[in-house]
Amino acid sequence: MTMLPETTTRKLGLVIDLDTCVGCHACVISCKGWNTENYGAPLSDQDPYGANPSGTFLNRVHSYEVQPEVGAAQLVHFPKSCLHCEDAPCVTVCPTGASYKRAEDGIVLVNESDCIGCGLCAWACPYGAREMDAAEGVMKKCTLCVDRIYNENLPEIDRVPACVRTCPAGARHFGDFNDPESHVSQLTAERGGMDLMPEQGTNPVNKYLPPRPKDEIDQIDILAPFLEPVVQEPKGFLGWLDKALEKI
Amino acid sequence: MHPSPSVIIFTTCSGLGFGLLAWLGFGLPDVTGWVAFAFFAVAYLLAVGGLLASTFHLGHPERAMKAFSQWRSSWLSREGVAAVAALLVMGAYAGLLIFFDIRIMVLGWIGAVLSVLTVYATSMIYAQLKTVPRWNSILTPALLLAISISGGALLAGQITEAQVLLPIAAIIQLIWWTRGDLALMQSGTDMATATGLGKIGRVRAFEPPHTGTNYLLRELVYQVGRKHAIKLRVIAFVLGYALPVLLILLPFGHALAALAVLSHLAGIATSRWLFFAEAEHVVGLYYGKR
Repeated sequence: MTMLPETTTRKLGLVIDLDTCVGCHACVISCKGWNTENYGAPLSDQDPYGANPSGTFLNRVHSYEVQPEVGAAQLVHFPKSCLHCEDAPCVTVCPTGASYKRAEDGIVLVNESDCIGCGLCAWACPYGAREMDAAEGVMKKCTLCVDRIYNENLPEIDRVPACVRTCPAGARHFGDFNDPESHVSQLTAERGGMDLMPEQGTNPVNKYLPPRPKDEIDQIDILAPFLEPVVQEPKGFLGWLDKALEKI
Repeated sequence: MHPSPSVIIFTTCSGLGFGLLAWLGFGLPDVTGWVAFAFFAVAYLLAVGGLLASTFHLGHPERAMKAFSQWRSSWLSREGVAAVAALLVMGAYAGLLIFFDIRIMVLGWIGAVLSVLTVYATSMIYAQLKTVPRWNSILTPALLLAISISGGALLAGQITEAQVLLPIAAIIQLIWWTRGDLALMQSGTDMATATGLGKIGRVRAFEPPHTGTNYLLRELVYQVGRKHAIKLRVIAFVLGYALPVLLILLPFGHALAALAVLSHLAGIATSRWLFFAEAEHVVGLYYGKR
């Protein structure tokens, strides 16, 4: 049923640290790998070795340049996947009941055998978190690796989403936002975790930690001002050229 | 948004078909027998043809029956339920009228109301989406209802009514276009809120996630043809509203009326193409596009 649950017992989600992310795209690859080989329809590619490759991804990393009023521009790598919103607009628009939000842990999932591939949920999502698979004709989205996090066949260390497990920089964190003592709740509180597009009213579970302010560097080398420039005026041919051009 | 032909055919034809059914339900024109059969045949061809066209873009049309289940939350589901209810009620009304010369007024009224509700539900599929500011307005159902009812009047041969309703639809169309052009800017969603980086400074898309294109860009960030938007708006306005009004002001003739209907249909189809092609989805902001 595509009515949203009033509350969820747990509120599982991710914290993504924009200060730490190095933009290596390892999370993109591990996500594609795990979710192609496991739960649901594989994430297909079209023309993968041809002139115009494209494919289904549940996680994509953008890069943005941010130019402050004063100081140097910053480059921010920006991984984006489903934010498992509390007021998920993608769920309520679904005509078949294929899309649902789980009452026990808040994960937003698609029952692929009920999906008619109308695409309306992708229209309703402001984040571009849902992609229709061109080969299967069903909607694909991040499952928060529901087939890993409860999977007792895996060693305990691996029972986190594939993107979190693989991140070499430690920029992705997984946990329960309903528990104020959890790692993700504390990180969000300490670092001012933010919502994306809060004005859309989706109430996303996933939080983004903003980049920390950059250090101020006044002078690179305190001895530099005491050094005389080696050449003050050009000599020889360059000197003649300089004077000649001045006269014109 | 990608202007998918199946969705343009669906909304244009079904809108017109259900508009005609609404007039027929109220007994306008008051026809029976084979004349009634002709009117209902046109209405059903448009309404059902449009609905069938809408299933062409589905990934799994064989599961379409499941779409009737979620009417409590989904406008798309409500539309399906309303459409089937309208077609069944109007079918019973039309059958009695055509073959037995029996007119059950109440049945016609119920069918007419259901037909209008179907068009309203269609319009709400688009109007509900906060992600597409150009659509997210009460003006969207107003526009689609006005087009459906005025087009229905034209097709039902209700000339006096059409002379009033078509100009009203034209005015709503102009207001809808004007508001729509500012909608994304006024929505409060921009690259700063999309990335949350606006507090640091001015945000610019530096590098997209992949060198190639993807489903999101093809489906939601369709930009082709926007440069011809003004010309197409003029074409849509002239063919959809101005010319039909002019033609029905002339002394009545079946050829002129048919020309008015065809012109109206072509104009509304153009307007509907723009409805999709010009609509900006906020996900485009993540790609530095609109």
